[in-house]
Amino acid sequence: MIETEPAMAQDAKINQVEVIAFCCNFCAYAAADLAGARRMQYPANVRIVHVPCTGKVEVKHLLAAFERGIDGILLAGCLEGGCHFVEGNLRAKRRVEAAKQVLDEIGLGRDRLRMVNLSASEAPTFVARIQEMVETVNALGPNPLRLPGDKEHAR
Amino acid sequence: MIVASRKPIPELKEVLAKHDKVLFAGCGTCVTVCLSGGEREVGIISSAMRMARRLDGRPIEIEQVTIERQCDNEFIQDLAGPAERSEAILSFGCGAGVQAIAERFPEKPVYAALNTQFLGILEEQAVWAEKCLGCGSCVLSQFGGICPVTRCAKRLLNGPCGGSSEESCEVDPERPCAWQMIYRRLKAIGQLDNLSAIVPPKDWRTGWHAGARRIVREEHRI
Repeated sequence: MIETEPAMAQDAKINQVEVIAFCCNFCAYAAADLAGARRMQYPANVRIVHVPCTGKVEVKHLLAAFERGIDGILLAGCLEGGCHFVEGNLRAKRRVEAAKQVLDEIGLGRDRLRMVNLSASEAPTFVARIQEMVETVNALGPNPLRLPGDKEHAR
Repeated sequence: MIVASRKPIPELKEVLAKHDKVLFAGCGTCVTVCLSGGEREVGIISSAMRMARRLDGRPIEIEQVTIERQCDNEFIQDLAGPAERSEAILSFGCGAGVQAIAERFPEKPVYAALNTQFLGILEEQAVWAEKCLGCGSCVLSQFGGICPVTRCAKRLLNGPCGGSSEESCEVDPERPCAWQMIYRRLKAIGQLDNLSAIVPPKDWRTGWHAGARRIVREEHRI
């Protein structure tokens, strides 16, 4: 088993941010499943959203999540060239870039959004990417658009 | 179709700085097809604008309505209610659409969300190219269906300039030389003799140089 930091022992401040991980059914979601089966730990403040392909995620979905106060979004799709729908992950890559441009223009910053590619067998990679994303978002701090008293974030 | 591109969000934010309740009006025709001002784009920019204004500490209320065509008064009627409820209108139509809405709602400030670019076609997915200048006296029949007025950077009417290099325009090497294309096309259709006629200087009175144009078709008037 890969040694990872237990979630409970992680710095408490990590729990201050919330990250959505849009996970493709054919790779990242399976990798997350495998990570779970192998009892690998990753930050608990990540919510996995199961999508049929990262190509299903549009710019408006990403912006809507930020508008509702999410602190960071990770899009996890198949390795380039390995998309079940041939080019869904490549489309997602371009849409993520377009959304990053909008985030820059409005002053929220592009670093809260990231796309990664991995295969279904890469549970350790999945865990590592999630941890990196949470660390990045944690360094950026909470989304300033988060509403005080927002039930979504009241834990 | 008319091709347009969206203005940067900081520019739109500045334009809307005075208003707290704005109608974002999309257009379902040309600008939907060129992915700049349809329902989806209105949604994206609305979301971005709400976030930008909240970050500035001055939230904005946005109502989104996309109508079939902004350049047609019959469809603009659908904006009457939402316009009444808003302080101002941000139109995602082309220049014609924005002006049609401004005429229809004389009491409301109307702003443009897009930069209207040209009359063109979709060359490939998400790539548009200008094809027509709307000069008012079409020469396409003479030149094999390729317009030198629009596609030659110098608008030459009697053959290529000395700067063209094989297939390329000297102004932009990525752009094909319109006259090279015209020659090939006329040769292919057996009309090369069209090129032996001397074309007189173009009469630009039919173009926009003489001010905004108007067309009246008496037989269709009521």
